[in-house]
Amino acid sequence: MAIWLTESSKVIVQGITGAEGTKHTRRMVASGTNVVGGVNPRKAGSDVDGIPVFATVEEARKETGADVSVVFVPPAFAKDAAIEAVDAEMPLLVVITEGIPVQDSAYFYNYSRERGTTRIVGPNCPGLISPGKSNAGIIPADITKPGRIGLVSKSGTLTYQMMYELRDIGFSTCVGIGGDPVIGTTHIDCLAAFQADDETDAIVMIGEIGGDAEERAADFIKANVTKPVVGYVAGFTAPEGKTMGHAGAIVSGSSGTAAAKQEALEAVGVRVGKTPSETARLMAEIVRA
Amino acid sequence: MDLFEWQAKELFAKHGVPTTRQVVVSTPDQAAQAAEQLGGGPVMVKAQVKAGGRGKAGGVKFAPDADAARRHAEAILGMDIKGHTVHTVLISEAADIGEEYYFSFLLDRANRAYLAMCSAEGGMEIEQLAVEKPDALARVPVDPVAGVDAAKAREIVTAGNIPEAVRDEAVDVVVKLWEVFTAEEATLVEVNPLVRTPDDRVLALDGKVTLDDNADFRHRDVHDAYRDVSATDPLEVQAKEKGLNYVKLDGVVGIIGNGAGLVMSTLDVVAYAGEKHGGVKPANFLDIGGGASAEVMANGLEIILSDPAVRSVFVNVFGGITACDAVANGIVQALQMLESRGESLTKPLVVRLDGNNAAEGRRILSEAGNALVEQVDTMDGAADRVAQLAHGSAA
Repeated sequence: MAIWLTESSKVIVQGITGAEGTKHTRRMVASGTNVVGGVNPRKAGSDVDGIPVFATVEEARKETGADVSVVFVPPAFAKDAAIEAVDAEMPLLVVITEGIPVQDSAYFYNYSRERGTTRIVGPNCPGLISPGKSNAGIIPADITKPGRIGLVSKSGTLTYQMMYELRDIGFSTCVGIGGDPVIGTTHIDCLAAFQADDETDAIVMIGEIGGDAEERAADFIKANVTKPVVGYVAGFTAPEGKTMGHAGAIVSGSSGTAAAKQEALEAVGVRVGKTPSETARLMAEIVRA
Repeated sequence: MDLFEWQAKELFAKHGVPTTRQVVVSTPDQAAQAAEQLGGGPVMVKAQVKAGGRGKAGGVKFAPDADAARRHAEAILGMDIKGHTVHTVLISEAADIGEEYYFSFLLDRANRAYLAMCSAEGGMEIEQLAVEKPDALARVPVDPVAGVDAAKAREIVTAGNIPEAVRDEAVDVVVKLWEVFTAEEATLVEVNPLVRTPDDRVLALDGKVTLDDNADFRHRDVHDAYRDVSATDPLEVQAKEKGLNYVKLDGVVGIIGNGAGLVMSTLDVVAYAGEKHGGVKPANFLDIGGGASAEVMANGLEIILSDPAVRSVFVNVFGGITACDAVANGIVQALQMLESRGESLTKPLVVRLDGNNAAEGRRILSEAGNALVEQVDTMDGAADRVAQLAHGSAA
């Protein structure tokens, strides 16, 4: 049944009337997503392509029964938008916005954790897609097809690259968890969900430099994951102390290196590809074996 | 953004954290004047570089008077500390030190919260402290929603074994450091040493602060004032002005791609391919983003082609949100734009287009017929070709 996002998911868009919000709402609808509403307090009562715009998340949830919200508002307003969705007890909140100050993310993540009713994916992420079922975010839907691989990745374009390389095998759900230092859903959360999902047979995990999420994911895999996992880590050539595009992608001193992450994953039996294409081949071998 | 010590201490003073008076200078004469200004001495003369171990390198000296301050500044200015040239020194009042403590607030990525670290045993680098006296270093989680009030501050300094006699003073300092952390939107505020004076005052004698670049828009004045443009690579400065995400590296293969992860991966794949071609390495990181326009592509190419180290360029694009035909048109227009700016392509360009409408994109590029543009269908194959071209052009 895929993870978190299914054909019965009802999606609203916070920031639906902005340029990005409207563009990606249309793409989500075109890929079969049930988008039931949008939120903009100043444009309540209007609509976007017939999709009603509500004043608040609470109202939108009450009127439509939405269980997923996708956030496209600018960084300065993202914290309030996220808190509003958490207050409305939205089960799944996907924060696409890039460039949110980390203290804002730390605040709304912990705010949601303490309430315990909302899972946050992102921020600074492409969202998640269960191909053929629903698409919450900006992942291009037409580069792959439904199948039985689960994918979790910090990077958007590497997600797309992997989806495309393995398009003939297909995916249950692909989750772009985002490249910020503080994110709501981690590799471990996704690994646990894929392990429990009866429509997922194998997992691709894509990581990158910075932090120790991949190392902790390796420990988790050792103790909890019996499905085959193939990994890829980006950033072997990244210099120390430089942020590589994603706010969280930085090697600090000797910590957060790609080599350490690869080593940790291989130590627990995860096969790690040297390039994205090699990683895709490793997964194809496993699935076709 | 990492700050210099003098900037960190300036922010401390702004939020009422007790610290020593200071003047930052860049010549020996100014150093002597600064010492006079601070009462004629004694003062500390401290190299301002964003690196640890300044003391060991001879970059921190005690000066009893203005003459000594001048002599020390003369010796320290121009010194190289771990690859950083000293351009400025900080002249600060020398304080009487009774005891040295350690204190910091930092972002704890693993727990997606903050961490306060406190120890009554300070005066050494935190890495050394954590290894040599782990039990003496208190690590107290801080909830970003609840924050730090006086009670929480007391919990922290008590856990760090700060002596009873100065605990109230330490609590007050910690509350003010929390204000620095939150009001300035830092990801690190470190004081090492935090000292106890013989008359039981608590002072921040050194400071290390990292500010969140994502919070730029709320702190434009502070961030602009503290940004060290002189230490930044000129191409990085130029790229930033154009809103491009560029990092200068020391190789010879120029790299452009869409998406941070894909570009990081491209650097790795080029470096692997380079092992077979004379060890050539990537010259830069440049992410033009998911929906890059022709203009952004042109700006990116312009930056990379203006880097004299670059011998060949790899444009690695996955057509997702923006399909490959649009990207190909963007590249063609970018090359025309460059020519109209008087900078035609002189270095070979290897383009890999994959994803949505890849076939159409490749056709558009082929028909444009630029002899220096070569297409390879896979990322690994394109990396091999661009490395080969870079190596060949050196011979």
